[in-house]
Amino acid sequence: MNSDVFAPWEDPQAKPLIQFQNVTKRFGDFTAIDNLSLDIFEKEFFALLGPSGCGKTTMMRMLAGFETPTEGHIMLGGQDIDPIPPNKRAVNMMFQSYALFPHLSIWENIAFGLRRDNMPKHDLEERVEEMLRLTRLTQFARRKPHQISGGQRQRVALARSLAKAPKLLLLDEPLGALDKKLRQDTQFELMDIQEKTGTTFVIVTHDQEEAMTVASRVAVMDQGQLMQVATPDRIYENPNSVYVADFIGDVNIIEGRATANGEDTYQIDWAEGQAPLTATSANGFAQGQACHLAIRPEKVTISADRPADAINAVQGKVHDIAYLGNLSTYYVELPNGTIIKAQTANTRRISRRSFTWEDPVWLSWTATAAVLLAD
Amino acid sequence: MNRLSWFNAVSLTLGFAFLYIPMIILIIFSFNESKLVTVWAGFSTKWYGELVQNEAFLDAAWVTVRVAVFSSTLATILGTAAAYVLVRGGRFFGRTLFSGMIYAPLVMPEVITGLSLLLLFIGIGLDRGILTIVLAHTTFSMCFVSVVVSSRLVTFDQSLEEAALDLGCSPAQAFRLVTLPIIAPAVISGWLLAFTLSLDDLVIASFTSGPSATTLPIKIFSAVRLGVSPEINALSTLMIAVVTVGVITASLVTKRAMMRQKQDEMAAARTE
Repeated sequence: MNSDVFAPWEDPQAKPLIQFQNVTKRFGDFTAIDNLSLDIFEKEFFALLGPSGCGKTTMMRMLAGFETPTEGHIMLGGQDIDPIPPNKRAVNMMFQSYALFPHLSIWENIAFGLRRDNMPKHDLEERVEEMLRLTRLTQFARRKPHQISGGQRQRVALARSLAKAPKLLLLDEPLGALDKKLRQDTQFELMDIQEKTGTTFVIVTHDQEEAMTVASRVAVMDQGQLMQVATPDRIYENPNSVYVADFIGDVNIIEGRATANGEDTYQIDWAEGQAPLTATSANGFAQGQACHLAIRPEKVTISADRPADAINAVQGKVHDIAYLGNLSTYYVELPNGTIIKAQTANTRRISRRSFTWEDPVWLSWTATAAVLLAD
Repeated sequence: MNRLSWFNAVSLTLGFAFLYIPMIILIIFSFNESKLVTVWAGFSTKWYGELVQNEAFLDAAWVTVRVAVFSSTLATILGTAAAYVLVRGGRFFGRTLFSGMIYAPLVMPEVITGLSLLLLFIGIGLDRGILTIVLAHTTFSMCFVSVVVSSRLVTFDQSLEEAALDLGCSPAQAFRLVTLPIIAPAVISGWLLAFTLSLDDLVIASFTSGPSATTLPIKIFSAVRLGVSPEINALSTLMIAVVTVGVITASLVTKRAMMRQKQDEMAAARTE
């Protein structure tokens, strides 16, 4: 392990900043968080990702202090924070609606938290100016929130929550209200600010692209449980379940039965009359165990003829083409009706496209391209 | 500018005539020279002069103003607190019942409210006077305030309060520094509503007032029973003037605030 890489979760000596210890949260009969344990380390940019209702917002609200766990404890820097009210926590939150105070100027919004700490006037002014510079809002300081654009409001919300230099900053769908282009710019800005301030960020989002872009680690959640916690590349390349593979990005899932075929290599029988597929996996599979093969569309090669050295190759015809500009996704129908997606970069102009509807094509991929998942 | 069609013009004239002719007649006759209300005997302002000399009317006016100020202020505090708890208090036991009960006095006949308050004051041995009128007016106007304020609170983004807590406010500070300034317009209009309700209340005041304190509406009503005098006309005209000035001032202030906000927004749009 290269010691320059930021990966405290790999280090057994590292002390986590936040620890969820067997936390359960119930609202009446509904269990929002189900016996969940999680460590988040200092200076991490941690993303909680999941569909709406998966409990990610509840996790955040428990960290902020607006909810308390029904069972279990949340530790911040080794201290149990359950009995501490929100106004006494070294945690600040950036709200989804931004929650800027409409009756105060941008300057006063940012100064609001500092005033509660009775910061000396000179220090306070300096801190506010610093925050304004950090978020490039200096020229808007005297405006009211309704007099600035959505992107600027988002930055005010960020500046206000960062002003008190919290140990932990919570961001609830911070970019949800911005349009796509602005969102991408803002993502990099967020990462930049996180790096500059060295604050631990926990972001809640349902946008997987956003989570992958900004986060050092991503936790995929479903129904109050963590499905997988890992770096974005591991989540994408090595999902640990069909749910995660399916939730993150686009994927082809092929059901079949595994048969060992050499070390860490398995043959998968998946359809009558089709040659078995080959895939590698470090996880052991029993003889004939039901499994799912997950293959990303961009790892599937499409060609007119069967590639000579292909380990996995299937034939079909082009059922549909989704043209995305930079990419094209080919939906190839196999003789048994299965649809496999193959994605290619459009390096040539569309008029020179090699395949069109109903063309017979071959799809191929390597033994390591697919991930073999247990049922 | 479109010209009004004859139908619209007639409707407009009839409608406004219906609303304002009685008041115009009252104003005209307040300047009548004659002591007889229905006979015009020339222009004079002498009834205004007599009014200023009339201690009883002046006392009643002073009582009315004091009652209105105290009761509307008290009603605003209580009504805002009630609205806050009912909207924000979460699902506590009996909340639906309380929400319904706060509206009941709105539809309760004033005679019943007045009578029950009278019985209460007699029961606890409270001498009737300014205090009892203030209490009675507070009782019936606080639910109006509560309705006005709670309709504002329902649309109030709760994350604003959470943001205040998150930034280090105690719940009381969050209310004072964030919630109250934002709902202030609703609270002020609640106060104004309570104030006007108290000013023109006759029924409840007549149940709860004593010999030591009479409000202006009671005074006018009892004076009119002995016959309408031009003095009453003069007094009513003054009341109309006060109300008119108040309404015009309020609308001018609102209009100016809106203009300023619009200008701010345009200035903001330019520099973006």
